[in-house]
Amino acid sequence: MIEFTCVTKQYPDGTVAVDDFSGQFPPHQTTVLLGSSGCGKTTILRMVNRMVEASSGTITIDGENIAQRDVVPLRRSIGYVMQNAGLLPHRRVIDNIATVPLLNGTPKAEAHARAEELMDLVGLDRSMARRYPNQLSGGQQQRVGVARGLAADPNILLMDEPFGAVDPLVRRDLQAELRRIQSELGKTIVFVTHDVEEAFTLGDQIIILANGGQVAQRGTSEEILAHPANDFVAGFIGLAQGERTLHRSPDGGGVLVDGHGRAVGVLAEEPAP
Amino acid sequence: MNYLLDAFAWIADPAHQAGPNGIWARLGEHLGYSVVGVLLACLVAVPAGLWVGHTGRGRGLAVGLASAARALPTLGLVTLLGLLLGIGLVGPMIAFVALALPSILAGTYAGVEAADRVAVDGARAAGMTEWQVLTRVELPLGMPLLIGGIRSAFLQVVATATLAAYVGAGGLGRFLFLGLRTQDYPQMLAASLLVVGLALVADIAFGLLQRFATPAGLRTTR
Amino acid sequence: MRWIGDNLDVIGGHLVSHLLLAVPPIVASFLLALPVGWLAGRVRWLRAPLLSAAGLLYAIPSLPLFVVLPLVIGTGVRDATNIIVALTLYGLALMVPATADALRSVDPRVVDAADALGYGGVRRFLTVELPVAGPTLLAGLRVVAVSTISLVTVGAVLGVPSLGMLFTDGFQRNIMPSILAGIVLTIALALVVDALLVALGRLVLPWTRPAAAAVVAPTQAEVAP
Repeated sequence: MIEFTCVTKQYPDGTVAVDDFSGQFPPHQTTVLLGSSGCGKTTILRMVNRMVEASSGTITIDGENIAQRDVVPLRRSIGYVMQNAGLLPHRRVIDNIATVPLLNGTPKAEAHARAEELMDLVGLDRSMARRYPNQLSGGQQQRVGVARGLAADPNILLMDEPFGAVDPLVRRDLQAELRRIQSELGKTIVFVTHDVEEAFTLGDQIIILANGGQVAQRGTSEEILAHPANDFVAGFIGLAQGERTLHRSPDGGGVLVDGHGRAVGVLAEEPAP
Repeated sequence: MNYLLDAFAWIADPAHQAGPNGIWARLGEHLGYSVVGVLLACLVAVPAGLWVGHTGRGRGLAVGLASAARALPTLGLVTLLGLLLGIGLVGPMIAFVALALPSILAGTYAGVEAADRVAVDGARAAGMTEWQVLTRVELPLGMPLLIGGIRSAFLQVVATATLAAYVGAGGLGRFLFLGLRTQDYPQMLAASLLVVGLALVADIAFGLLQRFATPAGLRTTR
Repeated sequence: MRWIGDNLDVIGGHLVSHLLLAVPPIVASFLLALPVGWLAGRVRWLRAPLLSAAGLLYAIPSLPLFVVLPLVIGTGVRDATNIIVALTLYGLALMVPATADALRSVDPRVVDAADALGYGGVRRFLTVELPVAGPTLLAGLRVVAVSTISLVTVGAVLGVPSLGMLFTDGFQRNIMPSILAGIVLTIALALVVDALLVALGRLVLPWTRPAAAAVVAPTQAEVAP
């Protein structure tokens, strides 16, 4: 369990990125921080592994205040997947994945064996192990990034818009893979995105943020869709624009249309699984 | 430190300053060589560099020439021309021009190329002729780099002109080699300090010129 | 040609002296520029003075520097040490700005990723920033190597042995082949050292090999828009 209590981040120039944020990130679940750019979601994420230091308030992991921990071991104990994968360009794929175990002094052979297993897990062919990051496509790089985040078998995985830079088709693939991996591993995932679909696809719990890390609403996707807390939330998730209010098409059949009358899908007879 | 004082005393001695073999005359020669050598090189290298930068043609050749010039030992060129053409100014002047060419060429084409492609594209789209694109967009934007090229060329010639005294040319190098032959270290030192002074003044002057030539919109405030 | 054949031993001796004068400054300026360049890149108030000093130093012609330097370091004008120190200074004048630029050009996202993975400061510098800056550092080192090898010859007018002696002897004794041999050998030496540096770069910076980028075979779905 990661817990934020009254956490504020103010930069030396006076900008308040996060103002008095409190919240819990339950274990073995995916919590999505959803909001537009500048809302403080990445700052909140980066305070978990102290890439950003909180100005006030406390952050605990399993009850232990992280401010009292050494940053380097703290960071090595938390998986981190960033946008554009953030791979080290001078390291082969296998060494990129094994970075943290190698830093922790795991023997090379063991670290590499573990890295190969992770390549299987994230759906990378083992033949790519000897390549350099610039020899991979964007989607493949992102898979390497996820594998690297998992390499030291951390309990916590921080994901900062990890799929933001790949094209939509690949992004869907990666989201599906992440769900599969999460169903196998059950990590505590904190996932930052500005993409509503992505948040609904991946999040067990979703925290919608307005400016300065103000919580606009938290809950499951169903709760948020059913009872948007306010106009901001309704607008942000598209309820206000009619994209998510579905009606049966007047032409009959099972076709569903949105608020603008655009066909978006068909209604299945059976209840959802 | 005594040597340094001796060197300054040597420079300050009025007997060493005046006359056709005096410091002022040699300084004038040295400066004259450098200015003439660089101007002659500019006559060829600036148009050539503009052409290379604007059309992109012959770029490989220009790049190769610039890096080959770094490997060419200047003393070798000076003695070679000295032997071929005998004592006199023609040999050294050819060396000066040859050594100044690559820097000016490189500075010119790099300057033209460095002009933001979007700005160039915009100028063309606005209906400028190629000549207008070159003179009103690429040249002003590339001017600092062009002057930078002339700056290194000038310093290169100041250095080479010192060596040229070895094969009989004038300039401040004369004092240096005279001191070397007569084992007069203060005189060598005095000559060296004068050349160093000339080079530093030229470098600083060109630096100011470069800053002055940077279009106002591109000046970074630091 | 006959002159060259008759004087192979002399030429060989000059070649060896030349290398002994050229290699130490190339190595020393590379190593010394690392901490200085790092400072110039990191410490804001040191940046401008260090880079200006490098620029002014490089503006000083070599022969006068050879003459003035003994005043500061206490050697004789004809000592090998004098030439080596002077050429190291030139090397630094080129290499310090190159190192500062190279280190500053390391993608901040890579540095950020290294931090997030738990690299400590020194380790991050040595195993991430330095290798990633490697290609740019190598480019700077190649310039230093070629210009140092060329500048060594200037010492010959003061009587310091190197391939430059082929110029001074050739000029004094009117032997054209001597001068030509000197020019060709100096350039050849520069090219050989440059090629060695390129080969060394391929060895220690394998991810920069040009062939590397060509093997990307994206799947259908991953073709960039």
